[in-house]
Amino acid sequence: MSTGDWSCPVANHLSDTITMSHGAGGRLSAQLFDDVFARSYPSPELMAKGDSAVLDWMAKDRLAVCTDAFVVQPLMFPGGDIGKLSVYGTVNDLAVQGAEPVALTTAWILEEGYPIAELAKIARSVGQAAAECSIRVVAGDTKVVERGHAQGCYITTTGIGRVKPSVNLSPQAIRSGDCVLISGPIGDHGMAIMSQRAGLVFDPPLYSDAAPLHRMTLELIAKVPGLRCMRDPTRGGIAASLNELATACGLCFEIQEASVPVRPQVHSACELLGLDPWIVANEGKLLAIVAPDEVELSLEILRNHSIGSLGAKIGTVHDLYKGLVIARTIYGTHRIVPMPAGELLPRIC
Amino acid sequence: MQSTDFGNPIHVESLVRQIHAKSTRPLTLMEVCGGQTHAILRYGIDQLLPPNLRIVHGPGCPVCVTPAETIDRAIEIASSPGVIFCTFGDMLRVPGSQSNSSANDLMHAKSQGADVRVIQSPLDALRIARAESQNTSPGAPIRQVVLFAIGFETTAPATAMAIRQAKELQLDSFSALVCHVLVPPALDAIFADVDHGIDGLLAAGHVCTIAGDHPYHRLANQFNLPIAITGFEPVDLLRGILNLVEQLEAKPTSCRVDNLYEHIASAEGNLPAQRTVETVFAVCDQHWRGMGSIPQSGLKLQPQFASFDASSRFPQRIQPGEQTSCCRAADVLRGKIRPIECPAFGTLCDPNHPLGAPMVSAEGACAAYFLYQSLVPLNPSKLTSSVLTQSEFPNPKDNLAP
Repeated sequence: MSTGDWSCPVANHLSDTITMSHGAGGRLSAQLFDDVFARSYPSPELMAKGDSAVLDWMAKDRLAVCTDAFVVQPLMFPGGDIGKLSVYGTVNDLAVQGAEPVALTTAWILEEGYPIAELAKIARSVGQAAAECSIRVVAGDTKVVERGHAQGCYITTTGIGRVKPSVNLSPQAIRSGDCVLISGPIGDHGMAIMSQRAGLVFDPPLYSDAAPLHRMTLELIAKVPGLRCMRDPTRGGIAASLNELATACGLCFEIQEASVPVRPQVHSACELLGLDPWIVANEGKLLAIVAPDEVELSLEILRNHSIGSLGAKIGTVHDLYKGLVIARTIYGTHRIVPMPAGELLPRIC
Repeated sequence: MQSTDFGNPIHVESLVRQIHAKSTRPLTLMEVCGGQTHAILRYGIDQLLPPNLRIVHGPGCPVCVTPAETIDRAIEIASSPGVIFCTFGDMLRVPGSQSNSSANDLMHAKSQGADVRVIQSPLDALRIARAESQNTSPGAPIRQVVLFAIGFETTAPATAMAIRQAKELQLDSFSALVCHVLVPPALDAIFADVDHGIDGLLAAGHVCTIAGDHPYHRLANQFNLPIAITGFEPVDLLRGILNLVEQLEAKPTSCRVDNLYEHIASAEGNLPAQRTVETVFAVCDQHWRGMGSIPQSGLKLQPQFASFDASSRFPQRIQPGEQTSCCRAADVLRGKIRPIECPAFGTLCDPNHPLGAPMVSAEGACAAYFLYQSLVPLNPSKLTSSVLTQSEFPNPKDNLAP
């Protein structure tokens, strides 16, 4: 009898789809780690396969930590996918707090039956985005839930960043007279996703603006002493971020509606779906509050980055009202910009 | 942000100047269109008008006027096993009459397991029903797809088309919970009140695009009322307001119907759409939330389409709950008061806890006021910029062209 004829009835580790066994911590889990995750982002910490990653740290730096969950549908969308989004979203949460992103961890929740080839694409996307941001994926976890309990895959991340001792950004630093800047046109991400869900096609097409902001924010921090505070206006759009800032600093944000950049196709998509671009999500935009005499310098920095080339001053901060966001329309009239209510619901007409 | 000629600030300024020049006495003008309500509040059109010119908002939101008991039925049907319930997005948060229920709106029903899907058009629901019937394995039960068919004259043709096609396709798994309403009978009800206090009417151009302008000629004659048919954009609205001011300031005053939406709406309307609606629907009496029953103001399925009526297909078990009466929604819908004049506005009643019809949908007049104005009215003179001055801010639109 030749050993070459032996066949062993083990589960096929090259299965095309995720099975419950891939989350059971056994051999298939290890195989999935090696074939998909380690291959996509092989950082030294990850490859050490410890129960936790150990990072070197400069004692004088402060530590920024953020955590975020990504459940976007569809998983692949024009201009990105859930993998890229999870890295950029984490990097941006660190960046707007003034941190230099260092490392992130990823926890994957996979649906039984999800094609491994699709998962590998998303994992590669995580690896590429992390490399682009010079950030290491240092730890992770994988769980599998039964078919029907997750729509393909969910990703939860934790980000770690380094904050220099001199950096002190907060809404409390905002003063009357400060100016509000945006790094580019708003609403691209949300409308790219919603249009795809609604089956709407635009010419030119809508693309998510998913992009990392940290290079732009680190340059602002280094060169603009009058930088007060930054925000990454994701869910709820600039309306939510501005309201949070206005409430936190107790001042009034007056925004010039005509100065807020909106791409024509995003404007059209919003009109069709009965939505306001101000409450639609962004994934690669920066709201920055700066001292009035540093507006030009800040805009110059924004515009030197490709993702900030359409950066603009959109408003000012004053103390005529407490904790309010006001839009000045193109006609010189004013209206209150409220905090968005919740899920975006298209209007009937 | 306005990018068309219908939002052009130069045209807006010119129209505003003409309105100020011609307006000499207090006038109350009514609009009856959720889109117009929103545009007026969103762009602050009311702030541009002379103080003696008052804009009130009629029952222009089909979501708001859908009766609470119809919402109850929608929740009951959506929660039935095997049902896919298709609705326009802004119906999701509208409360029914079961205020003690954990699912008194479709969003809560969805969170408790109902398969509620947001659609953009009634034909989306038909597509879902076809896909379900094609993809269900032989022998397995086909899921019922129910369309929540609401809206004015503008959405009725698409509902009628969906139901007609369902019949042609013998798609028995499709049905519709119909609550379409008609604008002119509601206006009859408002103007039949001798104390209505309204001097002129802005009619919604898109309704006339479908239904034609003849109902408005009758209204103008019967109630001695000037009517301007117009659109939703700031320039459209101001042209309409200027037209009404001119008609009312003329000596003697006139009561014409002027179609300022002539680039879209023709006198006879969309005849094929009207024929489709007449084939599928018959006119019936209809209950309006906040206004009560209005004769001949709703649509019901014709007998040959009765098998597609969801309200008879699904048994009714829930009885309507107590209706709250402590808000002045009826007066808002009849144009007697503006939303901020209601004692409950912003205190007992807000979009999260609506007491009356106009607060329930973002298109309703009360919700629009709540969204765009605060309880303390803004004082424009306190703000840094005055009306219609040159902005210090560059307009970034040029950079955004594709």
